[in-house]
Amino acid sequence: MRRVLLIWLSLAGAALVAFALALASGSTHLPPLELLQALISPGDSVAGEIVTRLRLPRALAAFAVGGLLALAGALMQVLLRNPLADPYVLGLSGGAAVGALGAMLVGLGALAVNLSASAGALLAIALVFALARRDFARQQMFGALEASPRLLLTGVIMAAGWGALITLMLTLAPEARLRGMLFWLMGDLNGVESWAPALLALALALAVSYPMARGLNVLLRGEVMAHALGVRVVPLRRAVYLVASVATALAVTTAGAIGFVGLVVPHALRLALGNDQRMLLPASALAGGTLLLLADTAARSLLAPQQLPVGVITALVGVPAFMFLLTRKPVKQEAA
Amino acid sequence: MNAPLLEAQDLSLSAGGRALVRGMSFRLNAGEVWCLLGPNGSGKSTFLHTAVGLRQAQGGALRLAGRALADWPAAAAARQRAFLPQAFHDAFSASVLESVMLGRHPYLSRWQWEGAEEREFARYALRSVDLAGFERRDVLTLSGGERQRVALAALFTQDAPLLLLDEPVSHLDLHHQVLVLEHLVMLARDHAKGVLFTVHDLDLAARFASHALLLTPRGTVLHGPAASVMTEAALQAAFGHRVTRVEAAGRTLFVPD
Repeated sequence: MRRVLLIWLSLAGAALVAFALALASGSTHLPPLELLQALISPGDSVAGEIVTRLRLPRALAAFAVGGLLALAGALMQVLLRNPLADPYVLGLSGGAAVGALGAMLVGLGALAVNLSASAGALLAIALVFALARRDFARQQMFGALEASPRLLLTGVIMAAGWGALITLMLTLAPEARLRGMLFWLMGDLNGVESWAPALLALALALAVSYPMARGLNVLLRGEVMAHALGVRVVPLRRAVYLVASVATALAVTTAGAIGFVGLVVPHALRLALGNDQRMLLPASALAGGTLLLLADTAARSLLAPQQLPVGVITALVGVPAFMFLLTRKPVKQEAA
Repeated sequence: MNAPLLEAQDLSLSAGGRALVRGMSFRLNAGEVWCLLGPNGSGKSTFLHTAVGLRQAQGGALRLAGRALADWPAAAAARQRAFLPQAFHDAFSASVLESVMLGRHPYLSRWQWEGAEEREFARYALRSVDLAGFERRDVLTLSGGERQRVALAALFTQDAPLLLLDEPVSHLDLHHQVLVLEHLVMLARDHAKGVLFTVHDLDLAARFASHALLLTPRGTVLHGPAASVMTEAALQAAFGHRVTRVEAAGRTLFVPD
């Protein structure tokens, strides 16, 4: 337990450093003292304006989105008992993308695009839930095939369907709208204003999923074992699916389909720290938020004033870091 | 108080639309070790899954410690009976100690973390399956037999009065087969546990089980003291293969033709 607290505190410390970095960097460089002053009493100074109106909302949004994605990824990997699962594996980002791109295609504004993306994500959630309802239902799950592979298959097929629709829209889109659509698909925090829903969702998703964490440890050993150990498998799997889906939907509608964070952050933490979900879920939220915040800071300052898609940065930094962890000899930890 | 740990009354089971078992009735009491025998596909695993509550019976009743199975809340049932499945699929790495401590899950409250007591339970169970010193090993690096012993240790850690085991010794070497079955017999004798295990080795069944259930391809079920159920004629009819019963080295052995 003390080890777990230490992990959380270190990750929270890293998050604070990332915030300081994000707020200080940009076209107007702010030294620490000025930054602090701008934060404490923004007044109507230029620095205060920049920090509280521009950089802070974007930083909060980046942190919340990264945290949501990493948390959703960790949950999906447990739900599907598959290390390759990420928040998008069940086709959720596809549904959101079809909604968002459809709205862009007909030339609607930002708000309509967001609403349409949410609608698409919710539709995708409902479709998978309805199609796989047998896998979420009682007593149906213990046949020759456990529920996880079937649910995964349902999701992957749905994702393929959404992918075809996305390609179709990109083909039909006029040249002028193509760039915006591509940026949405890659994930982009530029111009994000609404950080509050995502941050609130992150806190809620953590609060809901943390009490389920030990049950998830058991569920990882298979549905049969979980049942034998007194875990109420069916409600637990439903709850995990809903929390992970809604978290992903909020992340995607806030910032587009940013890849990589949801797949790699939980895995990197597992490799480095062990696979106790009670430690892992909060740690994933913190580390995912920190990673995306740093990546977004880099995305907007590396080639400033040119803005890079943040998903490119997360992948470019994440791939070598992850390969290092994967090839390193794992350190086994005794349960804290 | 004296209700049998597990009681089946006129139970019928089917799987995949095929009727497997008809009219199964028996009472398993504390201190008894039952072996569940039958050819492939005769319904051994189906029965165990039904007894754990993973599937519904077609008819009849199953009572756990005198109370209908469906009336048991999940966590209370997990404190009353433990189950060892036939196969394990580990998708993620975990230490042996963590895996074994999962057996304490039904005893911990939602916010509680495993502590010294749970670790002691787990270490004791690991010693009983000859895996002392394996605590920090990753389950993904274990051999099939070692993995099965880790699962057995987790089952012992669960410390339930009724132990249901689906082929507990299928991956074990000779020495560990005997070790594990002796431990099960000891648990029944000294700790008043009830044990029900499936096995294909008739010699091991005859040596360690006090009682036997024999499933036949026609769906009938023989039950009773092992010596009276495991006759040449009954085994031959059930398995469709001639066996000769011999006494050697003070043991009952079944030699197939």
